[in-house]
Amino acid sequence: MTALMETVGVSKAYGSFVALDGVSLSIAEGELVSIVGPNGAGKTTLVNVLTGLVEPTKGLVRFKGEDIAGIGPVLLAERGMARAFQLVHVFPALTVAENIAVAIVSHRRRSFALFASFKKDETIRQRVHEVAAIFGLEGKLDAMARLLSQGEKKLLDIASAFALSPDVILLDEPTSGVSTRDKHGIMRTLVDAAKRAGIKAIILVEHDMDLVAEYSSRIVALKGGKVLADLPPAQFFSDPEIAAAVVGKLFKARQPR
Amino acid sequence: MSTVETLAATREPRKLAARAAVVLLIAVLAVVPQLAPTYYVTLMLPAFAYGIALLGFNLLFGTTGLLSFGHALFVAIGAYGAAVLTSKLGVRSFEAIVLLSGLAAMCVAVPVGMLAVRYVRIFFGILTLAFGMLFHSFLFKFYDLTGGDTGIRVLRPSLFGISFTDLDKTAFIVGPFYYYCLALLVVSALVMWRIVHSPFGLHLAALRENPRKAEYLGVRVHLLRLVAFVISALYGAVGGAILAINIGQADPELAYWTHSGELVFMTVLGGFSNFFGPIVGAFTFIFLKSELMSATQYWRFFLGVVLAFIVILFPRGLMGLVERLRHRAAPGAGDDSRTGRFER
Repeated sequence: MTALMETVGVSKAYGSFVALDGVSLSIAEGELVSIVGPNGAGKTTLVNVLTGLVEPTKGLVRFKGEDIAGIGPVLLAERGMARAFQLVHVFPALTVAENIAVAIVSHRRRSFALFASFKKDETIRQRVHEVAAIFGLEGKLDAMARLLSQGEKKLLDIASAFALSPDVILLDEPTSGVSTRDKHGIMRTLVDAAKRAGIKAIILVEHDMDLVAEYSSRIVALKGGKVLADLPPAQFFSDPEIAAAVVGKLFKARQPR
Repeated sequence: MSTVETLAATREPRKLAARAAVVLLIAVLAVVPQLAPTYYVTLMLPAFAYGIALLGFNLLFGTTGLLSFGHALFVAIGAYGAAVLTSKLGVRSFEAIVLLSGLAAMCVAVPVGMLAVRYVRIFFGILTLAFGMLFHSFLFKFYDLTGGDTGIRVLRPSLFGISFTDLDKTAFIVGPFYYYCLALLVVSALVMWRIVHSPFGLHLAALRENPRKAEYLGVRVHLLRLVAFVISALYGAVGGAILAINIGQADPELAYWTHSGELVFMTVLGGFSNFFGPIVGAFTFIFLKSELMSATQYWRFFLGVVLAFIVILFPRGLMGLVERLRHRAAPGAGDDSRTGRFER
């Protein structure tokens, strides 16, 4: 397996505080890797390093073999990595179709087409419909994003990231703010959509251990800025020490099932 | 029929109606010199000039979400461009004046924009204000170069190589120059319409709405803001050149911050969330100001009252009011989604 994305001995210090300490991991094609750990374990810093937002103090970050340390979100998006945030991020005064089209315009490098009509662009329109259909938003294409329900906004947020046609997508707690009942439905939609969209790997940051256990092909546990475990779910959850150390209460809450 | 289909069905005739209204308005403007008293015709010229300048200003404000308080800088560059070219360099071709003044404004806009677009909201406003005032002091203090507070005379240009020497100044302004500027306004508006509705325009609207999200979707936020800034400078300069020829003089007041304030005023008056708002604002402002000035010496006070009134009662300006009336007449009418809708 070739690594799509990898970090080698990545450390990040903010003054005397060490947020990441020698983190090495690699993500290969076809994987869904979950990053878990208690608050303050370094998840956010790792995500920011992986998305080129933060330059590590030490170590290497590679995406498709290229160094991406601190290159920033725009260049990373161009190279094929998308990110959906924990909190809903949409363009409220744009329609659903326009929200999705933003990413398509970027992907097709049409950002500086000053005199073209984007509404009459058949290829953009078609792709907007494709992406909207995957997320069940095709009936709402002309609706303002701000008028959508919270769940629909979440879907639109992720749909726009998918519209970049990325190789890797990073989902930062995609089901936060969604009722427990709907969580699996959304995850299912996401995983299926990723397969259909030809996304090669998913990085998932998630607190909900049910989701992590069910959908991950590998779980990377962080604690105190270090990798505590990097194991497939079966082995991960069969090691009570690791599970207890990383997930603590959350895992215990899952025990009675 | 679903709501979406109904919407689509009502949108086509509305689009046609809107287009017909625009064509009708242009036709009315074309016959104004034949029908209206000369005084009112001469007032149309600054309205055309501001209309063009504000189309650019609103690409920055309405579409991109950046409120410049120093945009008069570019209007002044256009005006001084016309003055220097006609008075000092002997260039009389208006085409050359528009081109060269526009180019000069764009050259200034690149370094100013590179600094300013890194900031948003009040910080962007203050930075642009500072650059405007810097240029004002330059015009004021470098007497030998700029003529100081009296400025530089602007001579009558030639249009398409024709100098119209048989016409006196007023006949030139309300005759050939009027039609030239009307055509320039129409072309500028068409080009701006295209820009606002292009993939580029979509990205501008996206970065206005949520710059962070836009970045993650591959939008080059700073670069796009800079391009919008430079385009708006070009429009400002074209407007400034027309303004200067109409006045016959370029003076430092054109770069003063109150002039920038007037540009903001006109845009808010007409409505920045509608494509035609700034043009409507320019015409309304020019005529309102002229009427108030002839009626009372306290005209500034009354203009202030009008602005307060508009902001409180019609935050989306006159065109916002028109949209609302249209909406009431036929619910479900689509409005222009490309230009800004700031939530209150």
